[in-house]
Amino acid sequence: MDSWLTFDFGVFTDPGLFLSTIFDGLTLGSIYALVALGYTLVYGVLNLINFAHSEVFISGAFAVSFFLTALGFGASAPNLPLGLLVLDLVLAGLVAMAVSALVALAIERIAYKPLRDKGAPRLVFLITAIGMSFVIQYLFFLWRGPSPEPKTKMFVPKPIFDIFGGIIDSLQLTIVIAAVLMMICVDQIVGRTKLGRGIRAVAEDPDTATLMGVNKERIIMATFVIGGALAGAAALFMMMKTPDGAKYDGGFILGIKAFTAAVLGGIGNIRGALLGGLLIGVIGNFGAAFLGNAQWTDVIIFAVLILVLMIRPTGILGSNLGKKRA
Amino acid sequence: MSMHNPNESSKALQKAAAKSLKHERKDLKPGGLRTWWSDRSRFQQWMVLLVPVVLAFLLPVINPPFITTEPGNDFAITCFNMAVYALVALGLNVVVGMAGLLDMGYIGFFAVGSYVAALWTSSDSTMIHIPYLWTLPLAMVVTMVFGIALGIPTLRLRGDYLAIVTLGFGEIIRILATILPPLKGQSGFQNIGAPPGSIDGQPIFFTTNGLPWYWLTLVIIIIVTILLGNLERSRVGRAWIAIREDEDAAETMGVPTFKFKLAAFATGAALGGLSGALMAGQVGFVNNQKFDVQTSVLFLAAVVLGGQGSKLGAIVGGAIVAYVPMRFTEIANYKFLIFGIVLVVLMLFRPQGLISIRAKLLTFGSRIRRFVRKDQDGSPSRAGRRSSIEPGAEEA
Repeated sequence: MDSWLTFDFGVFTDPGLFLSTIFDGLTLGSIYALVALGYTLVYGVLNLINFAHSEVFISGAFAVSFFLTALGFGASAPNLPLGLLVLDLVLAGLVAMAVSALVALAIERIAYKPLRDKGAPRLVFLITAIGMSFVIQYLFFLWRGPSPEPKTKMFVPKPIFDIFGGIIDSLQLTIVIAAVLMMICVDQIVGRTKLGRGIRAVAEDPDTATLMGVNKERIIMATFVIGGALAGAAALFMMMKTPDGAKYDGGFILGIKAFTAAVLGGIGNIRGALLGGLLIGVIGNFGAAFLGNAQWTDVIIFAVLILVLMIRPTGILGSNLGKKRA
Repeated sequence: MSMHNPNESSKALQKAAAKSLKHERKDLKPGGLRTWWSDRSRFQQWMVLLVPVVLAFLLPVINPPFITTEPGNDFAITCFNMAVYALVALGLNVVVGMAGLLDMGYIGFFAVGSYVAALWTSSDSTMIHIPYLWTLPLAMVVTMVFGIALGIPTLRLRGDYLAIVTLGFGEIIRILATILPPLKGQSGFQNIGAPPGSIDGQPIFFTTNGLPWYWLTLVIIIIVTILLGNLERSRVGRAWIAIREDEDAAETMGVPTFKFKLAAFATGAALGGLSGALMAGQVGFVNNQKFDVQTSVLFLAAVVLGGQGSKLGAIVGGAIVAYVPMRFTEIANYKFLIFGIVLVVLMLFRPQGLISIRAKLLTFGSRIRRFVRKDQDGSPSRAGRRSSIEPGAEEA
């Protein structure tokens, strides 16, 4: 019998490889974190795992793909002046954010709102969420078929920093900086604005918040829109990294990873989502490199999820947006 | 085939208890068929049930026109698939319908059961070989162990975590089947065993001959239904219903919720494994394909469509989910979309499914009815007192 597993210790002993693995993990992690925020915000406000959030994300990816294809992007990166490239990417990001936000809002209005009005039990919400996720996934399947959309390569990453042989390239830098900036924005919105106060109030106690004059429905819709827009941004970054990522079931695994990130950081906690996302990205990347097969990433991240739930179900930072959970 | 009396309509009961007993029969009329059913003796009920059971056994032999799936798909094999889905739905119904736990990785247990049958009987496997029929209980034991191992860390938490953890579990089993060399990935295992027996040198259980497999599965379904019915009427079943209705209240009333949730999870897992082993035997080949999470959602759709908590519903739902894509092959590609829409639409408009369990407290439902009956020659005031039990059985 051939050996079950092969271990590659090089990832720990070679400093260049070690650092590269970390940098790449952080890049992936910031994408997870953006998606995780969507889970965390909705969970905080509605106490519901929005299973369909992975489809919100993938809708954004399709939007990026269509938009960039229309602009003439293809399998090889176009030779554009920097300013024009940035403009194109920003526009693509805005389109993706708008599409994802719309999809998230539509899901909320079509599926969750009627159930809330009826006061349906939790199980009903969960099953509906799964059903919605399934429906959207297969609408994409019927529309675009089983193969991914053609590649839309945006730019060729150029190495920028070299730290002991570990390379940070322009792609990684763009994604991490943009993602972290967005998360800071959301953190400020939730922490400082009137809308954010409303979100926190509804998360704390929806009924009391309503009595205090908070428009609960508007807050819920705003939450879905913010979460959706972040997922759209994450979709753009994911498409930068894997140009052929727009595939009907492409959101599913990423959704589980992002949810794991949200739980690891403390679901309902915005900073927790960032921390959890970055950790999950790095852990998954090391696992894949150490065991020599990218498919191990999913297994390891899943194991992390179970471990977190066993040891510290409230996550590393605990939850401060949502209610206390049993 | 449902073993509990499905007639215990709580609304009818409430009326019956509250109103004058003289008019009991009239008041129960809304129950219609259910009332008639409950008036039969146990023996008569069995005799009546015999008819659909015999019909179910004969279904592939009669091969009725319009219903048959030929020429597209062999009808006996379709019937076998319907039976396996029904068994799967029965198992998942214990977890989702009875205990109210959302298990999204049921396909994982199904896959484990298939691989147990493959590893211990296939000619491609280097393990010790055992007779195929032994792999059925073995598959149940192994999947039960998996279920318990997965349940212990997650069942202490609220249900929504369970959903995503089990979703991950289903996916992980599929990935492990792909990347672990002993599980042979896509090349898989061929020549999986079958039950013994042959006629004229031709084995009875053959992969292209669906009929014996269908009958075997039907027998198993009947046994499982009877056993589950007994379980439901026992302390275990009452605990599951209590947990489903209100976990905190159940815990407060002294139900060890974790223990019973684990029991439900393990029971469901074992039935999933059993179905997987049966499917592996009939197909005769197992590889890493077809164990995708989408199928898990189909299983869930079967339970929800049939009616959560209802065994008859689970059987019907499972059979429909398996039957529709094989009968209407032109829409087979749309099956995931169709059943996804079915899930959402049912949740929005008819969360109780096709066959709803009217009375949630099954056990007490039948007892209350008996009390109400007795009161016909007793004091009416008793009936008034009984009605105070009713609110517990409300909101079907």
